[in-house]
Amino acid sequence: MSLMAMFSLVISSTLVYSAPLIFTSIGGTFSERGGVVNVGLEGIMGMGAFASVVFNLTFASTFGAATPWLGLIAGAVVGLLFSLLHAVATVTLRADHIISGTVINLMAPALGVFLIKVLYGKGQTVPISQDFGYTSIPGLSHIPVLGQLFFAKTSGPAWLAIFVAVLSWYIIFKTKFGLRLRSVGENPQAADTLGLNVARLRYSGVMISGLLGGIGGAVVAQSISLNYSASTIVGQGFMAMAAMIFGRWNPIGALGASLFFGLSQSLAVVGAQLPGLKNVPSIWLQIAPYLLTIIVLVFFFGKTRAPKADGVNYIKAA
Amino acid sequence: MTAQKNSFSVALFSVLFGLIIGAVIMLVFGYNPISGYVALLGSAFGSMQDIGSVLTQMTPLILTALGFTVAQTAGFFNIGLSGQALAGWVGAVWYALSFPDMPAYLMIPSALILGTGLGALASAIPGWLRAQFGASEVIVTIMMNYILLFLGNNILQNTMAKGIKDSAETTKQVGANASLQMKWLTDLTQGSSISAGIFIALLMIVVVWFIMTKTTLGFEIRAVGLNADAAKYAGMSAKRNAVVAMAISGGLAGLAGTIEGLGNYLNFFTQNGSPAIGFDGMAVALLGGGSYLGVLAAAAIFSVLKIGGLGMPMSSGVPFELVDIVTASIIFFVGASYLIQLIQKRVQAMDEKAAQTAAAKKAAKVGSATDKNQKGGE
Repeated sequence: MSLMAMFSLVISSTLVYSAPLIFTSIGGTFSERGGVVNVGLEGIMGMGAFASVVFNLTFASTFGAATPWLGLIAGAVVGLLFSLLHAVATVTLRADHIISGTVINLMAPALGVFLIKVLYGKGQTVPISQDFGYTSIPGLSHIPVLGQLFFAKTSGPAWLAIFVAVLSWYIIFKTKFGLRLRSVGENPQAADTLGLNVARLRYSGVMISGLLGGIGGAVVAQSISLNYSASTIVGQGFMAMAAMIFGRWNPIGALGASLFFGLSQSLAVVGAQLPGLKNVPSIWLQIAPYLLTIIVLVFFFGKTRAPKADGVNYIKAA
Repeated sequence: MTAQKNSFSVALFSVLFGLIIGAVIMLVFGYNPISGYVALLGSAFGSMQDIGSVLTQMTPLILTALGFTVAQTAGFFNIGLSGQALAGWVGAVWYALSFPDMPAYLMIPSALILGTGLGALASAIPGWLRAQFGASEVIVTIMMNYILLFLGNNILQNTMAKGIKDSAETTKQVGANASLQMKWLTDLTQGSSISAGIFIALLMIVVVWFIMTKTTLGFEIRAVGLNADAAKYAGMSAKRNAVVAMAISGGLAGLAGTIEGLGNYLNFFTQNGSPAIGFDGMAVALLGGGSYLGVLAAAAIFSVLKIGGLGMPMSSGVPFELVDIVTASIIFFVGASYLIQLIQKRVQAMDEKAAQTAAAKKAAKVGSATDKNQKGGE
């Protein structure tokens, strides 16, 4: 295997595995910047995956190759609706954020599989016919060397995710909305005194996390698992949560952490094809991503600081 | 006292509302909710064997829920209960199979201690990393879940001696010297896989309650959880307590895994994902509302739903997943207890209003009768 082919294999599979984590961890960042802890990312991803697969199976013949991209929208909408449950519970009904997030995680696979059984009569769907596969980005893929490595035969959703990461960074740190969102996450009382609508801002934070988490789930379903079952989303949401914390509640940080997780996951998958990693026992490749995360977290990052009012309900004085 | 009474009524209403939501979903999708719930109760209480299964299901949940509660009391979110349980399970089964000739009175206590210790070790690591380096225990426990899952499967597939395995994916059954199953219990429950584990779990409720509320150690853990700075100022070591609280939490999870291995399954087999008892235990702890008796009641409700749900598809056609939706809804209402309190307040206000208007009417009646004698006033 030539060096070029090797790099290209590792990069493209890294992007495939990173994409869902990037979307979802940035979603979590929006929610937590607004002060609502979102342990429910896993469940939201599950609903996104469910919706995209049902959409894909139903409309593949109508929309052809555009189906997976429209499936992302289906996942986003359902993810957003599902996250409203978390928003209502935490913002309006003053529920503990961890409890509500756990409910989301318990509810999603149960509801998804229940509906799949009602719709298709069995616990998992057939494989979808239109998946993301590999795309070449027009123009960029013709750049010598770099184009071939990064933009030819690559994961389309991953590049969308990278674009979303940059956009989210801009929104959170450079716009009025972002400043307001961060202020209700740090000190809701002060924000309220200045006339901001704390509840509305927190709702929007959670809903954005639902939207992006739903997209994340839809990406997993339509580029990795290619069907929906109870085991489509197992742990990716928690990995995304870790990426969010790792990235210090900053979209660019979350992007970096997600790419790191994606790289180590892809090494576990394609490692066997790579000279040099061939002889490493597979167990080491399997646990490497998780072990590395712990080591990096402990030695290079140390204390992580969440937004100050993260997870604290704001009860307005009557 | 009133707070306790309140949380009890919240739990009661939550269960009720959760079941109602389940019934509505069954109606919407064209199933008969009455026959659905009858099937559920039938397969949870239909025979002694069913009751045995409910108790078997309860056992690890009580322990993992206790574990979650202890960590939460100290201010930690131990999401790694599944991995810690797995550590205990693999370790205890491997140990039991490696010494088939050890007498039971040595084997059983040492296996229990080993499994508990492995779980405690698996969670003391994140506790220590948090205390020493400030690394988020949430991330570390999530990562350790995966590490322990892959290690457990790898030990089974590549490290364990061929002689103690049935196939590449399953170990042999542990011998009578290590089994926690008791003949009279098995006979009583018509061959369910209930074991002495249930008594251990019940005992641990008392032990954990005692440690957490009656000892200095428990006091310190609670103090650190309430306000780490204040506890430090009072001369308590936040670091030591972090490690100890996490170790107790993981030890209980490890014990749960050990009992799954030596009591319920009697072997270890390749796991496709982290054992469900970890996350289910979290749910039980949340439903129990942090109280030790609450954990017992919540584990019972949870297990009745789980075991009962298994019988629903057969006799009423309702997919098994319905019970998970019901469980999630119940916990939703527990979390959103403000809603239930609001409803209770509303109802109370309505009662009072009704009582007032009734009283006013009565007064008006009496008033009109004695009108002549009144000379105004309030």
